[in-house]
Amino acid sequence: MTVASERATSAPAAQKVDVRLEDVTKQFDDVVAVDRLSVGVESGSFFALLGPSGCGKTTTLRMIGGFEQPTEGRIYLGDREVSRLPAYKRDVNTVFQSYALFPHLSVFENVAFGLRRRAVRGETLRGRVEEMLRIVGLGGMGKRKPRQLSGGQQQRVALARALVNKPQVLLLDEPLGALDLKLRKQMQLELKAIQHDVGITFIHVTHDQEEAMTMADQIAVMNQGRIEQLGTPTELYETPATAYVASFLGASNLIAGTVSGANTVRLHHGPEVKVRPAAIAGRTGEVAVGIRPEKIDLGGGQENTLEGTIFEQAYIGVATQYLVDTDCGRLTVYRQNASPGLNGAAPGQRLTLSWSPESTFVVDSMEGSE
Amino acid sequence: MSAVAATTQPRGEILSSILAFVRHHVLTLYSLLFFAYLLLPIAIVVAFSFNHPTGNFNYVWQGFTWDNWRYWDGVPGIRSAVFLSLEIALLASLVATALGTMIALALVRYGFRGRAATNIMIFLPLSTPEIVLGASLLTLFLNLNVVFGFWTILIAHIMFCISFAVVTVKARLVGFDRHLEEAAMDLGANEWVTFRKVTLPLIAPAILAALLLCFAISIDDFVVTYFNAGSETTFPLFVWGAARVGAPPQVNVIGTAIFVIAVSGMLVNVLIQMRRTRAATS
Repeated sequence: MTVASERATSAPAAQKVDVRLEDVTKQFDDVVAVDRLSVGVESGSFFALLGPSGCGKTTTLRMIGGFEQPTEGRIYLGDREVSRLPAYKRDVNTVFQSYALFPHLSVFENVAFGLRRRAVRGETLRGRVEEMLRIVGLGGMGKRKPRQLSGGQQQRVALARALVNKPQVLLLDEPLGALDLKLRKQMQLELKAIQHDVGITFIHVTHDQEEAMTMADQIAVMNQGRIEQLGTPTELYETPATAYVASFLGASNLIAGTVSGANTVRLHHGPEVKVRPAAIAGRTGEVAVGIRPEKIDLGGGQENTLEGTIFEQAYIGVATQYLVDTDCGRLTVYRQNASPGLNGAAPGQRLTLSWSPESTFVVDSMEGSE
Repeated sequence: MSAVAATTQPRGEILSSILAFVRHHVLTLYSLLFFAYLLLPIAIVVAFSFNHPTGNFNYVWQGFTWDNWRYWDGVPGIRSAVFLSLEIALLASLVATALGTMIALALVRYGFRGRAATNIMIFLPLSTPEIVLGASLLTLFLNLNVVFGFWTILIAHIMFCISFAVVTVKARLVGFDRHLEEAAMDLGANEWVTFRKVTLPLIAPAILAALLLCFAISIDDFVVTYFNAGSETTFPLFVWGAARVGAPPQVNVIGTAIFVIAVSGMLVNVLIQMRRTRAATS
């Protein structure tokens, strides 16, 4: 936990920061939705707020957008404090989860809404709206009404309506939640490409870890109104700081143990395993070690080993999933199907599992895992 | 069906086919009777607006004439009564709808002390008998020493119209997506511009409906008006007065005109709705 909060508060010094939250708390009656949250979002980055529903991610986004005011703390856009400013005085635009397109206005007028408020008129207005509609792939659709468009097209209008204003920061509130899986995958890549092209800072709220990892440069994993860990997708996946992060981003095996040396942990019902000294990071006493399922080998050969019996196997196409019972509990192992067919190992078979110290991470406790 | 077959048909089958005929058409028959019951009085009002009565009573058909329509204000007092009713209905519906819209917005949008109580009180004028409303207003105005006339009628009408306006607009606001207003503010519109450009256009159909409803219930109100009119005469009061000595056919003319205007307004509305749904689905 200490590691997580330190990471969260220290914004990178050299980079220009577009959005900064300082000790922001939001309380609804007696429910604390966001709890003393501090974070800095680098200019031009694609930043994801990731967490389950009710973790405070949407409330955080709404406070940046100006739809909620923080109970305590400050919010900065660039160098300007905006904590108490209404939404229309902030250089921020939002893509809403429900899209919130104006049903009585045409697609063109929807996109032109923000520009008209800033007194952009005539040919300039026309040119900018039509160019933006082309960018999102809706050229020539300006005359239609929102209800005449498909969900994916409405989503693009919502994006165009926000981006045409060239805001300092674009906020996206679960923008792909209403789309079907195939369209969602396609839009994820398109959004990433558009962000790359326009160079605007994107802050993206999602509960979908895969979506966050596909698109974001930086991910803040939120839980109960706080940031559990902030980092790149690789950092979060390879070295999760808490059991919660380890289980929220992908699957992981957590085994309880006690620190027994500078680079060793003794498992409670098993052998001593080696880890990187950096992974222990000064922890002592009770901890939990974690290994991702795809980093465990069926068979010896690596430095850390554990005996077990295959309980069940499941062929899932790209890999085969094995559930292996060991003295330290049931572990999940993925083995990539590099060659056709199953790999021979069958339920009931005894074998040795092994993994390297480099792919072992350490968290404070099992608490927070699923 | 040949004649031979018909004669050889047993009695029971003939009976059952008659029963089947009745079963098939009883709903049609019932509906026709129902509509006749509903529409006959209106038809008579319309028909007798073209009657050429002899004497005071317009109850017996004497002959066709356009005169009643040509000289619709040929009866002393009818012209001022109609104009007073129109004036009251117009002002009352405008004021009541404006106030009602604001009350509806407040009730749906804001949590405030006494919101639940207001919600209930709004329904009171709808459920209270008109005679009670009229009598209690009369008492109130008497106690306050108010001079009865135009203003007391107007105040009374606005009072009972507000509830209808609130209920109508509220129904539309309950299903309103708040994100639309947030989106407008997000795009740089302040509160007033958001209301003008987004909220108002979207609740406009409900506001229009409230206006028409208020107009309709104000223009034909008798009971409350009778208590609070003083020496003023609205059209319903005029009809009541005239009926005691024999209502002139001009009353039928005005009644028919109101009916025709209301029905054509409704038809236009239906046509617009149909065109909209067609545009939406095409």
